[in-house]
Amino acid sequence: MVEFSLPRNSKVGKGRTFKAPAGAKNVKAFKIYRWSPDKNENPVTDTYELDLDQIGPMVLDALIHIKNEVDQTLTFRRSCREGICGSCAMNIDGVNTLACLKPIEEVKKAVNIYPLPHMPVVKDLVPDLTAAYAQLRSIKPWLQADTNPPPDAERRQSREERAELDGMWECILCFCCTTSCPSYWWNGDKYLGPATLLAAYRWIADSRDEHTGERLDALEDPLKLYACRTIMNCTQACPKGLNPAKAIGKIKQLQLERKG
Amino acid sequence: MKDVRDALFVAQRSDGTLVRRPLSPHLQVYRFQLSMFLSIANRIAGVAASFGTLLLVWWLVAAATGPVSFATVQSVVGSPIGILAMFGWTLALVYHFVAGLRHLAWDAGYGFDKTSFNKVGPIAVAVTLILTVLVFAIGVSLWNSAPVIAVVPVVAPAGN
Repeated sequence: MVEFSLPRNSKVGKGRTFKAPAGAKNVKAFKIYRWSPDKNENPVTDTYELDLDQIGPMVLDALIHIKNEVDQTLTFRRSCREGICGSCAMNIDGVNTLACLKPIEEVKKAVNIYPLPHMPVVKDLVPDLTAAYAQLRSIKPWLQADTNPPPDAERRQSREERAELDGMWECILCFCCTTSCPSYWWNGDKYLGPATLLAAYRWIADSRDEHTGERLDALEDPLKLYACRTIMNCTQACPKGLNPAKAIGKIKQLQLERKG
Repeated sequence: MKDVRDALFVAQRSDGTLVRRPLSPHLQVYRFQLSMFLSIANRIAGVAASFGTLLLVWWLVAAATGPVSFATVQSVVGSPIGILAMFGWTLALVYHFVAGLRHLAWDAGYGFDKTSFNKVGPIAVAVTLILTVLVFAIGVSLWNSAPVIAVVPVVAPAGN
C-alpha cells in the first residue's frame, strides 16, 4: 500500500549525543538510527562524534569502533567485512550499500546511517528480512532438471552458456536493491523485488535448468514481476555493481517473446 | 485489503510482552536521484496529460456546438491562467512522450547500464525542455495568425 509518511510509532525523534574524545583533531559525526523493543519509545537518531584518526577507513570500522569503545548497545549485523557476506547492508548517506565497502571519506558531512528502508526493525540497524527470504524461496533458486546428469560427469556447459550467468551468480543477497525500490516499498507483499527477480533470471538463463517454462509461468503476474517500473534504484544501489533492472528487463522480454 | 507484511511487525520484548516494531524510514531518508525523479515524473506527466486532454475535448465539443460556446473556450484558454495550463499540458505531453521512448528502449533491452541511464536522464530533460518550448512557440504563432472568428448569431433555417 502506498503510504508516503511513516506510521506514528515509527517517526524518528532526536537522540543522545556522544561527544568526541578530548584532543581529537579529525572529528566526524555519525548519526545512527536507534530503536530497541525494550524501550517504550519511538526510534531516535543518536549522534556519535568519532576521531577518524583512531578508526579504519570504512563505515563498518566506525560502527565496530562505536560498539567496542563508545556504546555497547548499538546493534548491527556484520560478518566478513569484505563485501561477500551481505550482512552489513544498510542505508548510508541516503543510499543502500554495504557498510564494509563504503569509505567514510565518500560522505561529505555527517554520516547518516539507517536500517534498510521500509522494513520492520528488529533492533537499531537490523531489519527483519523474513519476507524477502520467503520470496526468494518462492522462485526455487536451485537447479531443476528432469533428466539425469551423465553417470560419469557433471552437467556440461559451453563457455558461452556459462558466461550468460556472469553478473548474476555474484549476487550476495544483501537486499540493498530490493529495499531501495519504491515499488517494493508500496507493493512488497506481492512484488518479488529486484534481488529475487535477479535470482529468478539467474536460473532462467542457466542452460542446465529444464524448468524455464514453469519459472516464467510463475512470474507472469501483474505484481510479482510487472510491478517493476524501471525506477532504477536497484541498479544505482547494488554494492556489487550488478544490474537487477537489466535482469528484470530480460524476464519481461522473454515473457513477450514466448507469446509469439 | 490487509498487507501480509503486517505480521512481521509483531515482536516480543525481553520480558515476553508484545511490541509493535517500527517501519524503517524510506522516502524520508533516501537520497534524491535524477533516475527515480524522472520515473515518478513520467507518471505525474501521464496524469497531467490526461487532464489536459479533457480540455481538448471541451474545445472540440464547443467547436461543434456553435460560435458562442467556442468563443467562451477561446477566451478561457487565451487568459493568462489558460495559457499557463496549456504550457503545462504541452510540457506533460512532451515529457510523457520522451519518457515513453526511453521505456521503449528498455523494453527492447537497451540502456540498462548505470552509466548509460545516468547519461540519458539529463539528455531526456534537455530534449523535453527544448521540444516543449518549440511546440508551444509553434502553437502560439498559429493561434496569433488564425483568422478572428466572428460571433455570428445563430438563425434557425426558415421553413422548419
